[in-house]
Amino acid sequence: MARITLRQAISDALREEMQRDENVFIMGEEVGVWGGTYAVTRGFHDEFGDKRVRDTPISEMVIGGAAAGAAMNGLRPVAEFMTINFAMLALDQIVNHAAKVHYMFGGQMKAPVVYRAPGGGGRQLGATHSHTPDVIFAHFPGLTVVSPGTPYDAKGLLKSAIRSDDPVLFIEHATLYQLRGEVPEEDYTVPIGVSEVKREGSDVTIISYAQGLQVSLEAAEQLAKEGVEAEVVDLRSLRPLDMGPALESFKKTFRAVVVEEGHRGYGIGAEIVARLQEEAFDYIDAPIKRVAQDETPLPYSQELEQMALINPDKVIAAVKEIV
Amino acid sequence: MDRLTPQKYLSLYIDMRRMRAIEEKATALYYEGRTIGRIYSGRGQEAISVGSTYALAADDAVAPMNRDLGTHLVRGITVREIFCQYLGRANSSNRGKDAGLHISSPERGVMVNMISNLPASLPVAVGIALAFKIRRELRVALTYFGDGASSTGASHEGINFAAVRRLPIVFICENNQWALSTATSKQFALEHLVERAAGYGIPGIQVDGNDVLAVYETTAEAVARARGGEGPTFIEAVTMRMKGHSVTDPAQYVPQSMLDAWEQKDPIRRFGNHLRQENLLDDSLDENITGKISAEIDDAVAYAEASPFLPAEEAVTDVYAEGIATTYA
Ligand SMILES: Cc1ncc(C[n+]2csc(CCOP(=O)(O)OP(=O)(O)O)c2C)c(N)n1
Ligand SMILES: [Mg+2]
Repeated sequence: MARITLRQAISDALREEMQRDENVFIMGEEVGVWGGTYAVTRGFHDEFGDKRVRDTPISEMVIGGAAAGAAMNGLRPVAEFMTINFAMLALDQIVNHAAKVHYMFGGQMKAPVVYRAPGGGGRQLGATHSHTPDVIFAHFPGLTVVSPGTPYDAKGLLKSAIRSDDPVLFIEHATLYQLRGEVPEEDYTVPIGVSEVKREGSDVTIISYAQGLQVSLEAAEQLAKEGVEAEVVDLRSLRPLDMGPALESFKKTFRAVVVEEGHRGYGIGAEIVARLQEEAFDYIDAPIKRVAQDETPLPYSQELEQMALINPDKVIAAVKEIV
Repeated sequence: MDRLTPQKYLSLYIDMRRMRAIEEKATALYYEGRTIGRIYSGRGQEAISVGSTYALAADDAVAPMNRDLGTHLVRGITVREIFCQYLGRANSSNRGKDAGLHISSPERGVMVNMISNLPASLPVAVGIALAFKIRRELRVALTYFGDGASSTGASHEGINFAAVRRLPIVFICENNQWALSTATSKQFALEHLVERAAGYGIPGIQVDGNDVLAVYETTAEAVARARGGEGPTFIEAVTMRMKGHSVTDPAQYVPQSMLDAWEQKDPIRRFGNHLRQENLLDDSLDENITGKISAEIDDAVAYAEASPFLPAEEAVTDVYAEGIATTYA
């Protein structure tokens, strides 16, 4: 198996799906000759031409809405927002159109569109360009939201997303593009809505996804040196949310920490903690902890930004409070 | 409309030269690893921000974009402040909480801060004008947006609302031929963007964006109309982005012939020649100006590099005007 970057894994998934199904096409700002903000579609314009790799004007509402429309009309668009921050400009098209047409019109219509959106903080891009607003999108039934934390999952999940008959928001954490991992050559998919244990352990359960997964795995390695074995559960999909592995692990460790890059308030952690107490109340041996972004817009200044974000030390500190 | 006196010509020239020199220095600092990116050069577009901002009265409001360094200079933002901002220091306009040219200074009329999303500040500038109108103040707002940003809903909604309410605002579209690597032919189907003004029911004027006096005069007329209660004007300033989108973009997609042709129309050299013809500038004065500008910049860089970063605990301040503690939602 080759060790490739997450960027390459996403690129490969896109290319292979475009080769497999001629209805798959790409649209977005600077996806063509430029090759995408994060170079994911570099070379695609040469390979697939104007017809299947389409630049748009700076018009996020059109990216959101026209991709939904093309999907309703039989195509399989993969629409790229330059960053998830700009996807918020298309919120109405995504949550009120793509995510609702199947339901509102009695199942007659489907919108099998994929929205790709790189996001996240930690790159000194300032308050408006550093959001991790995953939870906003994950709030709405009808929309599928996935966010991979490894190259393997990125490729497999993106293929599932493109083949899915539902609209999918595919969130890529920009700091993970260089992350390397093993990815098989042959065609495979990773199912949407299935969580997975990424590291086994018996002392505490750390539940996370995307960049938070990598932070958690690093924390777990350090904790192991101190004799604490953490089990790390990767959610992979935020909606539909599979609580199975997290619950199973929690029933074994009786302790949990939820790690997410978004703000703590009303976050993913709030949802997970609620589900744990609803579904495994008798197993709670200690307060369930949340490690998340501070309640402030992300500052530009490096030290301040890093302070506001999650890191392995914060996860370790949270674990130590409860083991 | 006020006509510029020849004496003022020289200050237009000096501000354009300051703008270019500051951006060149900031770029050099970037390559030396002394600042991190976020440098969007307005090279070749200096006449637009400098010329138009000169047309404002002291208590008018302006909402510049990231290539409008000239606006800040004309409004009296100091070169020290600008380098503190590029370097994200605590004593910059936003105290290190943001960077690039995201500078605001309400007391100097730089009222609406650029926040990156395009053109998010256009509807907000419309709101500034609305407040002027509601309070019956004879003040005007001026805002800028790019050829690329003209494709957004925010620009259409903002201009339409201002037109309907005859608000005292001037919209300057800086058509620099490119939005990142997207040429204007892929951005709009019009030959001249200014034709859009008719669709809003407001006057539209196309101006040579590399001619600082023309930009000044066109803006001054629009400002006078706005102040006189006649509503907004849409100005298309035609120019060229002479550098990449940002300091990290080599812009190989821009044909060299296009750059060569526009280089001939360089706004600074052009205005300099005009001043020489009018006997307002000669070699020794020009050298004198160069010396003053580089001294000003050297001082500012030294000052900025010696300036502190914001202490870490300040990360959570300023989230709310009421000063609510924000460790939790
Ligand atoms: C809503 C939104 N979408 C995308 C971007 C990313 N982006 C930043 S600058 C830019 C190109 C802007 O082109 P133009 O408006 O012509 O201004 P110029 O850079 O030429 O001055 C793009 C697409 C953004 N800032 N905001
Ligand atoms: Mg442009």
